[in-house]
Amino acid sequence: MSEQVKKFLYVNRKAPYGTIYALESLEVVLIGAAFDQDVSLAFIDDGVFQLTKGQDTKEIGVKNFSPTYRALGDYEVTKLYVEKESLIERGLSTDDLQELTYEDEDDDWAEKPSIRIVSRKEMGELMGNQDVVLSF
Amino acid sequence: MAYDVNGTAVEHDEEGYITNLSDWSKELADIISKAEEIEMTDEHWAVVNFLREYYDEYQIAPAVRVLVKSIKKSLGPDIGNNKYMYELFPYGPAKQACKIAGLPKPTGCV
Repeated sequence: MSEQVKKFLYVNRKAPYGTIYALESLEVVLIGAAFDQDVSLAFIDDGVFQLTKGQDTKEIGVKNFSPTYRALGDYEVTKLYVEKESLIERGLSTDDLQELTYEDEDDDWAEKPSIRIVSRKEMGELMGNQDVVLSF
Repeated sequence: MAYDVNGTAVEHDEEGYITNLSDWSKELADIISKAEEIEMTDEHWAVVNFLREYYDEYQIAPAVRVLVKSIKKSLGPDIGNNKYMYELFPYGPAKQACKIAGLPKPTGCV
């Protein structure tokens, strides 16, 4: 099957709650992970809020699905690109984001960070390198 | 639709997954496993307990592939392999074990 591997990028631009986009994107990623493709996630604009830590949804009566991002490593989804400018524009830094890791099978299961901070320019290049870009 | 746990009704959906996750108890798991025609052994319980812990931590029921891999890591390859998992839960480890564990149907499971 390896000859059919395509590069998929899921682009997340919306805040986690208020619309269904963030949760739908996450579910598609988890389901799609079964197909052994080269998967990356991008977090741009308000999408960066999806990865913030300390989310509390009690008052809005919906499920807090932010812990589920920590399961992505188990699904071999290990490349989460976060745009630096989007963080800065919202007064956020990497300290405000959850610590997400995966275990590298090829490196004696060493724990490695999944989140990679990239510039807007690098994000553009990343998008240019994909076979499929899915926008949420 | 509801299960009867010592006189208390526990709501479930048309496929038998309980509606309110906090309604779960070991007694309920026994009742659901009987409905699924599964005789619970220590290994069954190990999988069920693992699923509950996984859900507690990540808020999802893992896909079978992830379940098998994780069980292999925590309980060893004798339990953590596809063949054995299907022997324990013939109609699908994720589907049946999740039902017994009181979790929602796994994402992407049809």
